Amino acid sequence: MQLGIFSVGDVTTDPTTGRTPTEHERIKAQVTIAKKADEIGLDVAAVGQHHNPPFVASAPTTTMAWIAAQTENILLSTSTTLITTTDPVRIAEDYGTLQHLTDGRMDLMLGRGNTGPVYPWFGKDIREGVNLAIENYALLHRLWTEEIVDWEGRFRTPLQGFTVTPQPLDGVPPFVWHGSIRTPEIAEQAAYYGDGFFHNHIFWPASHTKQMVDFYRRRFEHYGHGAANQAIVGLGGQFFIRPNSQDAVREFRPYFDNAPVYGHGPSLEDFSTQTPLTVGSPQEFLERTLGFRDYVGDYQRQLFLVDHAGLPLKTVLEQLDLLGEILPDLRAGYAEGRPADVPEAPTHASMVAARDAAVAAGAPEADVVAAAEGHEEASA
Amino acid sequence: MTRLVVISAGLSAPSSTRLLADRLTEAVVREIGPVEIDVIELRPLARPLADQMLTGFPGPELQEAFDAVAAADALVVVTPVFSASYSGLFKMFIDALPRDVLTGKPVLLGATAGSGRHSLVIEHALRPLFAYLRAVIVPTGVFAATDDFGRDADLSGRITRAARELAGMLGRQLAVNRPRSVEEEFADPTPFEELMRRAGG
Repeated sequence: MQLGIFSVGDVTTDPTTGRTPTEHERIKAQVTIAKKADEIGLDVAAVGQHHNPPFVASAPTTTMAWIAAQTENILLSTSTTLITTTDPVRIAEDYGTLQHLTDGRMDLMLGRGNTGPVYPWFGKDIREGVNLAIENYALLHRLWTEEIVDWEGRFRTPLQGFTVTPQPLDGVPPFVWHGSIRTPEIAEQAAYYGDGFFHNHIFWPASHTKQMVDFYRRRFEHYGHGAANQAIVGLGGQFFIRPNSQDAVREFRPYFDNAPVYGHGPSLEDFSTQTPLTVGSPQEFLERTLGFRDYVGDYQRQLFLVDHAGLPLKTVLEQLDLLGEILPDLRAGYAEGRPADVPEAPTHASMVAARDAAVAAGAPEADVVAAAEGHEEASA
Repeated sequence: MTRLVVISAGLSAPSSTRLLADRLTEAVVREIGPVEIDVIELRPLARPLADQMLTGFPGPELQEAFDAVAAADALVVVTPVFSASYSGLFKMFIDALPRDVLTGKPVLLGATAGSGRHSLVIEHALRPLFAYLRAVIVPTGVFAATDDFGRDADLSGRITRAARELAGMLGRQLAVNRPRSVEEEFADPTPFEELMRRAGG
C-alpha cells in the first residue's frame, strides 16, 4: 500500500492572519513539504498542474525533478497532469526525462482540468475535454510503447517517423493513473489500458467514489487485465489532526469556513459527514481512513491533501509529523485482512521485474509489453 | 400510478403560493384520479441549495428532492413573483437540478403575486426558462394575484383548464433526444473502442 500526499499548489490567504504567501514561498514550501513527506516515510508526493492564478503549479516536472534531487525514497507523481491541454509529445519528453533522472522514482496521473479559459489559452476547447483525453493519451501511449510512430489525429499536427527521446528507462514506460470524479468515460479509459484509476475523494460524497471505482474495477476485468479486485485504485483524502479532537476542530474551522471550493457553504460538521474530510484526533483519522476500504475494497494508493486553504507551512509540517507518528498503525491497518491476490501499485522496479519474468518465460511479445506496462495479469 | 411532483417556492406559512399549488394539484387529481403526490417545499431547502451552489454536490435532503423530480411523470411548479420574475430561491432550485432531468416532462406553471400587474410573468419569465430545460409546458399557465383568491376572476376556471391540459399530456411518450446520463453510462457503458472512434470525430 502506497501512502502519500498530493497538492494542488494553490496560493491562498491564511484567513487567521490575513497573510498571503508569495509565489516564491509557495513553490519552495511545496519542496519542503515533499522532503518532509520523504523524511517521515511516506511513499508518494504528487504536485498539481495549473495555468492560472492563484496556483503556482504550472511546471510539474521541474518541481518534481528538484524534489527528487533532494529526496531518497519518495516517488514523485502528479495530481494531475493535464492530458487535454498539454501536448502529449511534450508529456512523453518531460516525464520521460524525469523518469531517467529519478531512476524511475516517478509516475503520473492524468486529468482533464475544469478551468474553462485554460483550454483556449492552449488552443483547445473544453467541450472536447473527454475526446482530448482519449486521443492525446492514445498518442502518449504509443510514444511510450512504440519506437517509431506514424500518427494522425484531430487535435495536434501529424507525426511521421517520429521517435520520442529519451525512450523509456529500461524499456518500461512510467506507470499512468487516470483521475476523474464523475466521468465514466475516463474510468473506462483506465480500465481499457489496464492503467491505474484515481478518485480525488475529497470535496465529494463517498457515493461518487464508490460508483466510479466499482465501474472501473468491473471494466478492468472486462478488458482482461485481471480480476476486479486486482484493478489498481488510488484515492485522495483530507484530514486535519491534533492529539485532542476538539483542538483540531477549533484550529481548522477558520480555514474550512474560508476555503476555496467549499468555504462559506456547509458547516465543518456537515461536510465531514457528507465527504471523507476528517478533522479530529489521530485515532479518529485512522479509523475513518481505514474505513475507505469498506466501499472501494482493498486498494493501492492513498494520497492526502495537507497543504491548502491557506494553512501555514509550519502547520502543514506539524500535520505531517502527526501523520508520521501513526504511519505504522495506518500501514498495519491496511495490511490487515488484505487478500494475497491484491497487487501493490506498480513501480518501475516491479514493472521491470515483471517484464523480465515474461521474457524469461518466453511469453509472446504482447504479454511482455503488457507486463512492462504494469499489469502482470495479462499473461495469466 | 402517476407520480406528480409539486414544487412550491412560497416562503410564508400559510402561503398563497402553496394554496395555488394545492388547488392545481386537487384539480389534476379530479381529472385523472388518484395520483402519487410528492410536494417539495423549497423553503426548507434554502440552506442545502446554497451549500450545493458552493460545493457542487447536493446534500441528502436535496438529493431526495432531485430523485423525486427525476421519477415524476409530471410536475406542478408554483413560484411567487419577486421583482417582476420568479423568486431567487425558485431559480436556485432550478439551477441546481441535474442536467436534462426535466426533458420531455409535462410541467404546469403557476405564479402568485400581490398585484395583477404581474399577470404575464408566466409568459415572459417562466415559459422561456422551462422551454430552455426542454420541459413540455402545459399551454395554460395559472397566475393568481392576491385579489383572485377573493373576487374570483375565473381563477377556478383557469385551474381546471390547466389541469385538463396536463391530464391530456400524461402518458403521451414524447420522443426526446437527450444525452445519456452518468447513471446510464455506468449501467451500460460505451465500449472504449467506440469512445476512441468518437474522439476521432
